[in-house]
Amino acid sequence: MLKAEINITLKRTVADPQGITIKHALESLGYKDLANVRIGKLVVIKLNFKDKKRAEQEINEMCKKLLANPIIEDYHFEIKEE
Amino acid sequence: MKFGVVVFPGSNCDRDCFYVIKDVLKKSVAYIWHKDTDIADLDCVILPGGFSYGDYLRTGAIARFSPVMKSIAGFARKGGTVIGICNGFQILLEAGLLPGVMLRNRGLHFICKYVYVKTENNHTRFTSLYNAEQILKIPIAHNEGNYYIDAAGLKELKDNNQIVFRYCSATGEVSEQFNPNGALDNIAGIVNKKGNVLGMMPHPERSSERELGAQDGYFIFMSIVKWLKTQRAW
Repeated sequence: MLKAEINITLKRTVADPQGITIKHALESLGYKDLANVRIGKLVVIKLNFKDKKRAEQEINEMCKKLLANPIIEDYHFEIKEE
Repeated sequence: MKFGVVVFPGSNCDRDCFYVIKDVLKKSVAYIWHKDTDIADLDCVILPGGFSYGDYLRTGAIARFSPVMKSIAGFARKGGTVIGICNGFQILLEAGLLPGVMLRNRGLHFICKYVYVKTENNHTRFTSLYNAEQILKIPIAHNEGNYYIDAAGLKELKDNNQIVFRYCSATGEVSEQFNPNGALDNIAGIVNKKGNVLGMMPHPERSSERELGAQDGYFIFMSIVKWLKTQRAW
């Protein structure tokens, strides 16, 4: 079995109000040395096949079609053996 | 003349839209379940507000793959009249029928209140009954209304006069102070290039009768009726 871990984040050029709010919260807890906080999503997909090449191609398609919105989001993924 | 109100799992303004068309406008209207694909008998499609698919992943991201959306894209390509309100607007953006995307509101709050918007373009089939720059009092209710598009896209919207509504003060001042959600350029509603698809975050169906506190939204629907009347004899 293969497992794909997909990280989806807002592009650097897009403001991330959640990230900014959490940065403020962390600073109020005393962590004053933060340059930036960005929030993203983690999608974990387990695949019923072992062909890594096919997995990469299909996961890439899934990201483009549905999982990420290319106008505001970047994604990257890793595919591991399970 | 027949209106269709699309119902996705999680739509919650479908009945309000249906009511306004049937009981306020006295026009024919039907619910269109999101799995239906035959919309050939419709003259106007309404994508209502709500939380289609629980807003999972991104607002509108899953609804855009509902079977009905293929028919609606074809309907829009042929010049059919489509209006997306709130979540309906978000779905139109995800489907690529309108340009841009919605981010979370700047303040991270769900905002439910009356706002004012300025009619920036009254030369559309959705706004012809408004005066130029008319200010509407109209409610918003959303968590993701922070409209975003890149600089080139914004220029295109402006060049083609596609910005229809912008958030403003009661007297029509468009500024950051009167921007409830952080939307780029105070954008509250846009049309596509052809002008037959409108997306707007404010709710005209909640402001179509005096009893509800505002009736400025009524003229969106009446503008559509007026436009449809010019298309053929009913």
